[in-house]
Amino acid sequence: MSQPAAKPALRVRHLRKTYKDVVAVDGLDLEVRPGECFGLLGPNGAGKTTTIEICEGLTALDTGEVEVLGLKWEIDAKELRQRLGIQLQETQLAEKLTVLETICLFRSFYRQGPEPSEVISLVQLEEKSKSRVGNLSGGQKQRLALACALVGNPDFLFLDEPTTGLDPQARRQLWDLIEQFKLAGRTILLTTHYMDEAERLCERVAIMDHGKVIALGTPRELIASVCAEHMVEISAGTAARPLDLPALSRIDGIRDVRTENGSVLMQVSALHHAVPALLDELDRQAVPLTELRTHSATLEDVFVTLTGRHLRDE
Amino acid sequence: MNKTFNSSFAAHPLVQLTLVRFREFMREPEALFWVFIFPILLAAGLGIAFRNRPADVLKIAAVTPELARSLKIEKLLDVQELSPEAAAEALRTGKVALLAEPGPAASVVYHFDDTNPEGRAARMLADRAVQRSAGRVDPVASADQLLREPGSRYIDFLVPGLLGMNLMGSAIWGMGFTVVDARRKKLIKRLVATPMPRHYYLLSFLLSRLLLLVVEVGVVLGFGAVVFHVPVRGTLSAMAVLCVLSSFTFCALGLLLASRVQTIEAASGLMNAVMMPMWIMSGVFFSAQRFPDMVQPAIKALPLTAVIDALRAHMLQGYSLAQLTPQIAILGGWLVVCFGVALKIFRWR
Repeated sequence: MSQPAAKPALRVRHLRKTYKDVVAVDGLDLEVRPGECFGLLGPNGAGKTTTIEICEGLTALDTGEVEVLGLKWEIDAKELRQRLGIQLQETQLAEKLTVLETICLFRSFYRQGPEPSEVISLVQLEEKSKSRVGNLSGGQKQRLALACALVGNPDFLFLDEPTTGLDPQARRQLWDLIEQFKLAGRTILLTTHYMDEAERLCERVAIMDHGKVIALGTPRELIASVCAEHMVEISAGTAARPLDLPALSRIDGIRDVRTENGSVLMQVSALHHAVPALLDELDRQAVPLTELRTHSATLEDVFVTLTGRHLRDE
Repeated sequence: MNKTFNSSFAAHPLVQLTLVRFREFMREPEALFWVFIFPILLAAGLGIAFRNRPADVLKIAAVTPELARSLKIEKLLDVQELSPEAAAEALRTGKVALLAEPGPAASVVYHFDDTNPEGRAARMLADRAVQRSAGRVDPVASADQLLREPGSRYIDFLVPGLLGMNLMGSAIWGMGFTVVDARRKKLIKRLVATPMPRHYYLLSFLLSRLLLLVVEVGVVLGFGAVVFHVPVRGTLSAMAVLCVLSSFTFCALGLLLASRVQTIEAASGLMNAVMMPMWIMSGVFFSAQRFPDMVQPAIKALPLTAVIDALRAHMLQGYSLAQLTPQIAILGGWLVVCFGVALKIFRWR
């Protein structure tokens, strides 16, 4: 599926941006291929929004180069605005307008694109077409914002945290919509701090922290490169009989043992070998086991392994 | 709906943006009240409070029925027949302006305060009534022509003032709040992320203002004309030019005030700080001439003073636009400077 010959839809080179004394983006390089959904994953303050807004031509860069669809903002801003669909983080659309009026307003700015009613049915808001924006639920508002990004039939879609603050059902609904647009062959750049969102939607993910890309690849590659396939979490031992941690890390197939909130986390490649060995070791130490959990490794585990912090830590 | 969106007139971004302004305004009941209803209530209230009363009827007292009867032929006197004690008490407490009592040898004696104009007038009217009923015939016939000229009453002074105040308020609030609210909600930033030409956004405010202006000015002038017969002596075209220029000037001022502010609270404080001195000093309710001569040049330079002076001269004295050149120049200056600076420093995100 890779198209090495195709010109990248987005190319960012040596991008730097500072606000007063805070370095928001620190020498960033990125390439998004045409037709792929690319995710910028990282905690709040990692520089995701600054990066995407520079790519959207909304924020000026300090140094570096940005090329979108082979065009540059300094020269081709007008053309780029016509070809990009943008959803900003936390835009509140005018509450007194109806859904249809909002779509008509945004549609009027573009030289071509679908009819307003088509866009509305695309995001499944037909029944709300005549409702005021102020009366929509959070998920409906977010779908309307997505519709506003689609009215110009864009070649490239920028979505900045499209599902932040939504309930699980509304999030899944929005994911389904985004997957439809992927099928239509659009290029998408999205930012998120939900690892499940990135895993589900993105072909490739760049994990960002402190304004830098710290890992890049498909979700599967990232998980495989940094950790083993599974994570095991146990709670064991008492104040009188503490757990001997170094002994655990000596077990075959167990890596990266660390404590977190009173429980012990470790990476495991072969669950069926490691877990019995682990239980034997606990027996040998004669410490009581109160809890044992396992899960397949996720991008979250990648992030934690790389930075020692969680994605959603404030 | 087989017509495609692109080909319809409504598809023009400027039409859409203006429609949005218009819809947002019409769906805000409070805004409708302040722009349309409030000036009428104010004009009605003040018009009633300061209305010109018909000539007052003077109250006097007479102590005999004969005297009372002869005094009653004078329509401008309200004659009460009282006992001498009660009459003296009424005169002393100001309930009557004059007391008439029989004097020696069929004469009449008037008691009144000659330092009080009402007393002097009552004396003249009472004496004339007494003399006429005793058979005096005036040697020269006379007739009265009463003068109640519209244009010189308080309400005539007030309506142009209210109109000016309304033009300022609706333009500055309308512009300021909408822009700051849109900025706070990141709506401006979202619009800038589309291919929308930025000047269309600002132009849509002026266009929607023009539409509302017709109603706004019509309501105030129509109410003044119908209820109080306030004149509009200048031409309607000159009135239209004045109102449009005034409104655009205040829009530019509103835009300048809203060009950087990020919160409604800050905007509201800023707008009040700018409008308050004009409400007080620009002569909405009383003549700006009452302020000391020293500050007159500053007051004359305020946009609201220029608007109100021009409206008054136009409505009450029928001035042409050429005669209003100084005021128009002041407004033009404010318009150009405010708009220019606002465009330069406007925060589009």
